[in-house]
Amino acid sequence: MVHALSLGCVLFGTWLLLSGHFDPLLIGLGVASCAAVVYFTHRMDVIDHEGHPVHLTLRGVGYWPWLTVEILKANIDVARRILTPGASISPTMLRVRSTQPTDLGRVIFANSITLTPGTVSVDVGEGEILVHALSRGGADDLAAGEMDRRVTRMAGGN
Amino acid sequence: MALVLDIASWILLLGGGALVTIGGIGIVRFPDVYTRSHAAGVTDTGGAGLILVGLMLQGGGTLVTVKLILILIFIFFTSPTATFALVHAAYESDEEPQLDHDLRNEPPDRETGS
Repeated sequence: MVHALSLGCVLFGTWLLLSGHFDPLLIGLGVASCAAVVYFTHRMDVIDHEGHPVHLTLRGVGYWPWLTVEILKANIDVARRILTPGASISPTMLRVRSTQPTDLGRVIFANSITLTPGTVSVDVGEGEILVHALSRGGADDLAAGEMDRRVTRMAGGN
Repeated sequence: MALVLDIASWILLLGGGALVTIGGIGIVRFPDVYTRSHAAGVTDTGGAGLILVGLMLQGGGTLVTVKLILILIFIFFTSPTATFALVHAAYESDEEPQLDHDLRNEPPDRETGS
């Protein structure tokens, strides 16, 4: 029920911001279509903590800025490797431990790995992720487990 | 103030454009699908991100900026998923990566260091 309500609010907020019209007819249409979508998703039984993870919104506040900085650093590193003439890469494939107790946490971890240029998740298994890294250094940084701990702290628990 | 915003926005737009170009060069230079996906990653995280933030500075405090923020969020959720689907499909169809260090048979908790 809480999830359905918050989904409705998020949908309607998106509608308002994207349309930018505030006359009664359009707002009425917006309310009607949001209600319809909430009803459909309820019938499809996809409103749960995975499809609509509101509980991560607040805890994500500490994680996203850190990830953004990591992405910027990794972008500069990969860009430098692309522009360096000759053999500038040392492709590495390794298994990385993932300590997230939930599927959602593992998806966030795997997506964070892929979002950071220089490392891509290739296969997600129970408790570990197969990763392709552009350089041995990037592989070792990931294996050190900083990102894994941060994702577990954010998404762990439920 | 408007001048400062304009300069900052131009720096971001040019930086983003440079990253997109570099990503394109990387896709041509790198040897296989896995390393090329890293180059593509530069294009759709750094490149797209800097360009969108630069455009937000041009948009100012309007609904246009809100829409740009939403585009940024959607890109950051969908692009890793698409990259994963691509690389996973390549790996599942036995596309063998060219590796310098193959640590696939080592357990994940090995000691780090090269």
